[in-house]
Amino acid sequence: MVLSRLKGAGPAVARQGLLIAFIVFMIGFGLVSERFLSLDNIASVLRQSTIIGVMALGVTIVVIGGNLDLSVGSMLSFSTVLVVDLHDKVGPEIGIPMMFAATLTLGAINGFLVGVMRLNSLIVTLGMLSAIQGLILIYSGGQNVDISNQSGTWFRVFGRESFMNIAVPIWIFLSLALILHLIMSYTPFGRRVFAVGGNPTASVFSGIKRSRVVFTTYMISAFCVGVAALILGSRVMGSQNTVGQGYELLVLAAVILGGTSLLGGAGNILKTVIGVLMLGFIQNGLLLMGQPYYTQWLVTWIVIILAVWLDVAAKRGKLFSPIA
Amino acid sequence: MQTSFTAGPLRWLKANPIWGFVVLIFIFFSVAADNFFAVNNFTNILLQSSTIGLIALGMTLVMLNGNIDLSVGATLALAASVAVDMQGWEVFADWGSWAILPAVLSALLVGVLMGAINGFIVWKTGVDAFIVTLGAMLGIRGIVFIYTQEQSFYAADFAYSDFGMSSVGPIPTLAFIFLAFTLFVHLLLTRTVHGRNTYAVGGNREAAINAGIKVGPHMLVNFMIVGFFAALAGVSLSTQMGAATPNLGREYELWTITAVVLGGTKLTGGVGSIVGTLGGVLAIGIMRNGMNLMQVSGFYVLVILGTILITVLILDKQFNRRTNEELRL
Repeated sequence: MVLSRLKGAGPAVARQGLLIAFIVFMIGFGLVSERFLSLDNIASVLRQSTIIGVMALGVTIVVIGGNLDLSVGSMLSFSTVLVVDLHDKVGPEIGIPMMFAATLTLGAINGFLVGVMRLNSLIVTLGMLSAIQGLILIYSGGQNVDISNQSGTWFRVFGRESFMNIAVPIWIFLSLALILHLIMSYTPFGRRVFAVGGNPTASVFSGIKRSRVVFTTYMISAFCVGVAALILGSRVMGSQNTVGQGYELLVLAAVILGGTSLLGGAGNILKTVIGVLMLGFIQNGLLLMGQPYYTQWLVTWIVIILAVWLDVAAKRGKLFSPIA
Repeated sequence: MQTSFTAGPLRWLKANPIWGFVVLIFIFFSVAADNFFAVNNFTNILLQSSTIGLIALGMTLVMLNGNIDLSVGATLALAASVAVDMQGWEVFADWGSWAILPAVLSALLVGVLMGAINGFIVWKTGVDAFIVTLGAMLGIRGIVFIYTQEQSFYAADFAYSDFGMSSVGPIPTLAFIFLAFTLFVHLLLTRTVHGRNTYAVGGNREAAINAGIKVGPHMLVNFMIVGFFAALAGVSLSTQMGAATPNLGREYELWTITAVVLGGTKLTGGVGSIVGTLGGVLAIGIMRNGMNLMQVSGFYVLVILGTILITVLILDKQFNRRTNEELRL
């Protein structure tokens, strides 16, 4: 078996499996459709991936810290409805900070319950998913919201404008990814997140304030949701109450595809970006091949399992699990 | 894990605190909501709870193993589509209402098959069940859309929806099926080797392997069981509607997990019971029904359910500081 040799022969190759799969995948689609690798197409895939992408950055950090965040989908609905609704009520100058304040409050609740109270993150954020969805429906009375003067507001910058021929959402996504990557790789905080996720007990014995670190990861995740809401609200200039429904699991799929371990302690922001792009390009490539949009879900299923399987197999040096 | 009745009802309640909550909200709504305290409404609650309840039975087994299944909502939709679509096939044109039989059987088989795929992947690849079934949740939903071409199916034969409306004595047939299976799975879990192994595998997988339990095939069976129940819930839901839509069952995985966790089953496996799960299912059913009768918007129910889920977690933490994990580190 090739894989049994992977461990000894080329751990570096195994570690870059995702990147290699991504390149092979891009070339494959590129051969099938000539439009696939055109700059226009790549830009449009990037632009469509930004919402999931920005959210996935924050969730990656939460997951590296050893927790899950299933509330980001509901939180996106919440923040988007809030920022769009407040735009006409108090203006974007005040509305945007208000939206961020509210979103960060939700993040703080998550962070308090998981970080300080030490409750199971899956159940806490599952409860928050339901509660936040309820909150936003109560706030809006179940009505959709929209912005009345869509062409005359500077709020359009976040989702509809371009800077140096590249759409602003792409700038936001990539620069946020770079900043968070630098934070995770080169600051004490980043190292603490890895330590807490890798071995919580050891991290506490080495003097890390675990509660504070976990709390901060949820604040970062909430902040990312706020940014995603800016882009989404500005692009659509309106919002349904359930716009983020189901996003939590798509985001998680992108994070997993990026090779971040759900056990915590391992992961990489830039690989999450690749995971996000991979999901985006799968969708786009299948559409260009004339497949209906839902085929992507089937392909994503296979890709996720293959990706994680190969990752797990490379680590244990055996293709199949030793479970009897 | 067996609850001993000789130990007294108080200890039983301590093992299943959710039932205390069920009694509390039952009394609350009986006083506060008109029309709540009526036999008619009780059977209604049972009927409304039966869909989530059926899936929760299977989910309890999987979660006792320390696994999870996020794909149940998609499996539900697939089974519902197969059940409704197949009874209209040309092949069964002169079968009359008997065409429902192969359609429903195929739907259940499809559910078992989807569970088997999940279980097999978990067994052979060693990838975490959360990831495997997260993928399957997307993938199976994709299969539903490919199969239905985004169309809703309607049951032409009224016998199908008549079955969904029928009753066994005072109890709706679908609720009766749910109760019967609840008893069945309870006995499976408390009286059989498979049940004992389910706790053993979830409690300590290494020890279970050393004790000679074939953990892989064992987990596969439980995934097949949850697939079966998801499919049965799909059939049950489609008989109530006389139709199947491709988006059926979205977010059911989250509701089901909520019910099971409310019932006291631990995500880490090894701890939990069907009695608790039934309590969790009824708690959600009574809340929804009661608040609906009090004309509280469904929006508030979402907030309250989320709050309760987290509160239960906090209470559980306060009362059960036992394992190392609970130490203040």
